[in-house]
Amino acid sequence: MLSSKASCNSHGQDSSYFLGWQLYENNPFHEVENPTGIIQMGLAENQLSFDLVESWLRKNPDVMELKKGGESVFRELALFQDYHGLPTFKNELVEYMAKIRGNKVKFDPNNLVLAAGATSANETLIFCLADPGEAILLPTPYYPGFDRDLKWRTGVEIVPVHCWSSNGFRITMFALEEAYERAQKLNLKVKGVLITNPSNPLGTTMTKEELDHLITFAVAKNIHVISDEVFSGTVFDSPGFISILEAAMDRNLENTDVWSRIHIVYSLSKDLGLPGFRVGMIYSNNKTVVGASTKMSSFGLVSSQTQYLLTNVLASKRFTSKYMKENQKRLKKRKEMLVSGLKKSGIECLKSNAGLFCWVDMRHLLSSNTLEAETKLWNQMVCDVGLNISPGSSFHCSEPGWFRVCFANMSRGTLQVAMRRIKDFVERSNFMGRIKMNYQQNMSSLSRKLLSNWVRKLSSPDPNEHER
Amino acid sequence: MVAISKIATGNGHGEDSPYFDGWKAYETNPFHPIDRPDGVIQMGLAENQLCFNFIKKWVMEHPEASLCSAEGVNKFEETALFQDYHGMPEFREAVAKFMGKVRGDRVKFDPDRIVMSGGATGAHEMVAFCLADPGEAFLVPTPYYPGFDRDLRWRTGVELVPVVCESSNNFKITRAALEAAYEKAKEANLRVKGLLITNPSNPLGTILDRDTLKGIVKFINEKNIHLIGDEIYAATVFMEPEFVSISEIIEEVECNRDLIHIVYSLSKDMGFPGFRVGIVYSYNDAVVSCARKMSSFGLVSSQTQHLIATMLSDDDFVDSFIVESKEQLFKRHKYFTLSLSQVGIGSLKSNAGLFIWMDLRKLLKEKTFDAEMDLWRVIINEVKLNVSPGSSFHCDEPGWFRVCFANMDDNTMEVALLRITTFMHKHNEAMVPRKLCRRASLKLSLSRRRDDFMSQNMMSPHSPIPQSPLVRART
Repeated sequence: MLSSKASCNSHGQDSSYFLGWQLYENNPFHEVENPTGIIQMGLAENQLSFDLVESWLRKNPDVMELKKGGESVFRELALFQDYHGLPTFKNELVEYMAKIRGNKVKFDPNNLVLAAGATSANETLIFCLADPGEAILLPTPYYPGFDRDLKWRTGVEIVPVHCWSSNGFRITMFALEEAYERAQKLNLKVKGVLITNPSNPLGTTMTKEELDHLITFAVAKNIHVISDEVFSGTVFDSPGFISILEAAMDRNLENTDVWSRIHIVYSLSKDLGLPGFRVGMIYSNNKTVVGASTKMSSFGLVSSQTQYLLTNVLASKRFTSKYMKENQKRLKKRKEMLVSGLKKSGIECLKSNAGLFCWVDMRHLLSSNTLEAETKLWNQMVCDVGLNISPGSSFHCSEPGWFRVCFANMSRGTLQVAMRRIKDFVERSNFMGRIKMNYQQNMSSLSRKLLSNWVRKLSSPDPNEHER
Repeated sequence: MVAISKIATGNGHGEDSPYFDGWKAYETNPFHPIDRPDGVIQMGLAENQLCFNFIKKWVMEHPEASLCSAEGVNKFEETALFQDYHGMPEFREAVAKFMGKVRGDRVKFDPDRIVMSGGATGAHEMVAFCLADPGEAFLVPTPYYPGFDRDLRWRTGVELVPVVCESSNNFKITRAALEAAYEKAKEANLRVKGLLITNPSNPLGTILDRDTLKGIVKFINEKNIHLIGDEIYAATVFMEPEFVSISEIIEEVECNRDLIHIVYSLSKDMGFPGFRVGIVYSYNDAVVSCARKMSSFGLVSSQTQHLIATMLSDDDFVDSFIVESKEQLFKRHKYFTLSLSQVGIGSLKSNAGLFIWMDLRKLLKEKTFDAEMDLWRVIINEVKLNVSPGSSFHCDEPGWFRVCFANMDDNTMEVALLRITTFMHKHNEAMVPRKLCRRASLKLSLSRRRDDFMSQNMMSPHSPIPQSPLVRART
């Protein structure tokens, strides 16, 4: 009756990544109204720097010139549906993108194509580069949304490139080759490799070495490289960010074939914290790709109203410089708060220098080194501890026990509550573990009964706990 | 060089159609009353520009609707973060209410069935993805909007099979035509999944009468195929007979509601194509659910949702806007068609839309599409009007042209009419040299247009040209 796309579940929403959100939605934490609710730590949003943008807006009221009689741009904006986008907006965007990259790369606004968020940009790029049934290599762990964005309506396959904790999940030439072989065996024609740099969920920037491997690989196999750089403005620590284009330029590849096979996806949702405005973009040096994706952008243009507002915001260079610096400072501080809070509970994070989340190692809390154990732990975290964190399996991580925990989408106070809950959980688990061991060492039945009653009371959360 | 996709290298984007060629001619030489008085006047773009003053007044009086004003900035953070693909509740409620009002409150729309999309363009593609697999087909009555070839087919792999409608009965959609199309699809081994109608019609400017609609609903129920009603021009019905929506018909006849879907947008009724507010409204829960997930690929900017929610919740404004818009369209349509008839140009009798379906069959050298193209080139190059040839709408009879009238001010309309009149007089003189032609007296007043740099550059339509000379950056 409906299409197979509508009836199947390759929209990817049955993933635990999204289920956790649903559970959160049913019982969302609120400091006052629902202090025992679930804290959302599964949403990679940047809420740390809104005050900066709002202050700019207050200082620049009437940016739409709505009050200036007769000179209002309202009509022109309402009519502007040119899929090339507002030229002034694209000029500002390429300048901003260059700034993020320390001006080591210059972008041509004519090679920039606007889209309704990175979601739309990624899908459009895949429509342009691959036919149904062909494949894209994706290093794991990767953002769960890719299962929908890259595959659902395009009919393209994803072949994972397995990365391991033993080397910090770095992409190796070996892993790339292995994935390519696997694709060949499955009779899948590989059209490209898609990387996220800085990485979601790892929160790390790619090393020069990794980027070189990717470029060498793309040259050798004659395939495309898509670099999703949506988190490029969230790099808050050394080492700095190296864009794929910078790496290619360092190897003097500008006039070679591979230059027109490198494409960047960007968005303002993470850096500027504006996911609601749906501002995504594709950058490519390939004229055919730019042409085709521009036409495809008809299916998801950026609202002219939004283009205009952001043109004005980005045009204020003093503001963008101040914003970038301050935003990075706040992200770093907040990340350190999460890392040290977790450390107090005996939990380590992958060393990171970017992103809105940490990749947390909870392997030691698993009852066994299995996916089932990870799922069990995840259930406990969401339902018992009340933290929606995202299990590594939803990111297709090859090793169980890793979780992505977001830190930039809540207040300091809420993060403190979250840290306390984890600490209590870990202590309870340790205590329960010890109790269980003693319990099993021949206690009298009465003692057992008394003890289990007491333990039960101890393990149910005290509703007054969070007021402390 | 490794290939990119077939979709990217093919021409399924449909931009090689003459529909867009005319725009190119316009883009290279656009009319401006002061700077380019001999330029091409754009009459190929179905935009509604007649009510902006009315809307602008509201916007200026309601700064809280904008996030950029002192009154609205306190909503900035929550709006900027809002990316829930369900859409803002107040946005959906306001749109549902508006859709109801446009239909005279004869039906109520459920805000929970409202799904956002990237304009009606995005909505159509999304519906096609939801209802049909690659290789399956939709029936579409001709003449139809050229964009459907791209929107419904390009990335979806779905086919379109025309339901041929003829001028002999004013392009009515008959049962016979529907059956013929269905059979044709069967013969071509195409599985028909649905029928797409545009009501009010683009390019005809007419509405479907109740009986035709009932017949269509009966047809799709018998064949167990979907019905997609593109009602994007619903509020542009400026004259009797009154608009009848599919949503009303299904209350009156037996119908499997799971087959019924409406595509809507604010681009035509309100004149907001730049804001990309597209809507899919389905009576089928599974389709709503699927479309909602797909809407991730083209959500409406939350900034725009906020503006629209505020605007369309203002009942007084909406009520007076609907009345005002109809009045302006009625006046413009009447003046335009009357002036045309005075020089012997007829058009299909219409009561809706932003255009007329002009009948130039008698001007064709012969009854062929080549002759239509010849005439069209004359209209573009000599008369300097961009009008859209019927063949680009898959009309099965040559000689018809869609001419838009709501996307220009009164002065430009005068210039356009003058050019048409001049052309027709020349043509009539050439036909009947000795006959004295009655000159229609047309007002011609070119007031000095405000030197609005922005307006000149930003009026570029949805242009297929890579480097539109009109769209120049200020920085």
